[in-house]
Amino acid sequence: MTELAPALAAAAPVIPDFGRGSSCVRENGTFCWDWVGDHWGDTLRPALVQHVALTAIAVAIGFAIAFALALLAHRRGRLTTPVVLATGLLYTIPSLALFQLLVPFTGLSRTTAEIALVSYTLLILFRNTLAGLAGVPEEVRDAARGMGLTRRQLLWSVELPLALPAIVAGLRIATVTVISLATVAVFVVDQGLGAPIYAGLQQTFKTELIAAGALCVALALAADALLVLAQHALTPWTRVARSR
Amino acid sequence: MNDFLDAFRFIGEHTALLWQLTLDHLALSGAAVGIALALAIPLGVTLGHMHRGSTVAINVSNVGRALPSLALISIGVAVLGIGFANVMVALVVLAFPIVLTNAYVAVDGVDPDAVEAARGMGMRAREVLWQVELPLALPLIFAGIRTAVVYVIATATLASVAGAHSLGDVIVDQATYRLPGVLGAAICVAVLALLAELLFAALQRAVTPRALRLEERGAAPLLGDLTTSERTAST
Repeated sequence: MTELAPALAAAAPVIPDFGRGSSCVRENGTFCWDWVGDHWGDTLRPALVQHVALTAIAVAIGFAIAFALALLAHRRGRLTTPVVLATGLLYTIPSLALFQLLVPFTGLSRTTAEIALVSYTLLILFRNTLAGLAGVPEEVRDAARGMGLTRRQLLWSVELPLALPAIVAGLRIATVTVISLATVAVFVVDQGLGAPIYAGLQQTFKTELIAAGALCVALALAADALLVLAQHALTPWTRVARSR
Repeated sequence: MNDFLDAFRFIGEHTALLWQLTLDHLALSGAAVGIALALAIPLGVTLGHMHRGSTVAINVSNVGRALPSLALISIGVAVLGIGFANVMVALVVLAFPIVLTNAYVAVDGVDPDAVEAARGMGMRAREVLWQVELPLALPLIFAGIRTAVVYVIATATLASVAGAHSLGDVIVDQATYRLPGVLGAAICVAVLALLAELLFAALQRAVTPRALRLEERGAAPLLGDLTTSERTAST
């Protein structure tokens, strides 16, 4: 027995954090800043980075699809109704259900999460891009045609720049929506800020959950602000018009 | 596709359970939407009628959209504890901004000429509100209600992680119900949300004055709060 004591003392504690942690953590406080500091590197930051990746990929793919569809529908008006009906159907299906319904096809994988997230961006991005293009005044089109612009030039150098505010407005809604919905992806893939939120739900210590939830809101607000700044930089003429 | 056959078999074999959970789901959603409407519509209509508070009324929905539903329900549970009432509070917080912004934009955006004409005919402020502004604003107010209803029904699925009962009970409990059960319940939730969407689209159409109805055709009913979200987002 006497030989065992020093050996025990030298071994690492069985419970990793046993005997350490602040009084807040030991007493199971509602929110402990020092826990956030201790676990920023191993829990929160990786989850945040994964969350940004999930969102960026979904919005980029969603935008590519919706943008192409909107350009087609802009040329052929008949396409609008079927596209709106189809994307509206996808948009209505609750996220938790859609993630699960994709599991038989793509399994518990990141692909499943991305497909579902992309499907939620389509309606918003499609209708905003189309509304932006449709909102270009007819006089402007006439003037551009009068200057000898081809159809392609008209689209890329007149219509799309004028539609940019509406397109960015769509991107803002889509991005914020995806950031929010990506937390639900935790039910199919253990990634993003949903992971610490879900982990926090399973335990009585709530700091992890609150910190991850707050990070998610902060991320959404930051992304929204970033897109507003991008729009201001890309459309200097709107600022001139407003200041008058 | 075998998984989906099993899912439909599960629905057939567990009709009683799924029906009970559907009722729980609707009770939770209904209570949350009811409270949100009772709070948001009078406030939105009043602010819109006075043309005041646009910054608050519009930005509240931008911030509202940024709130991740899972995080909000979880934080609500962390602070208030587990159960029906607390999940409902979280759902009210999610539905409130949508309804408020739509009600505000709807009344604020009523054609000023129509209001002016009503005043010229000698109507009092109260009469202008009830007989001119509200009927004209109703379709857009209803668009907000529809969006909120579908959103709350979708989000109520997550209530299961926080101790309230809904169809999500089966979806998040794969250990008990296996994949067919999870898929079956997911199908039920999707159908429920789509039915709510269609029902409220029909209601929205029914409350739209005939003169306004002629203007919208084709896909317009499914566009939902297109105008509102654009207006909110571009401010």
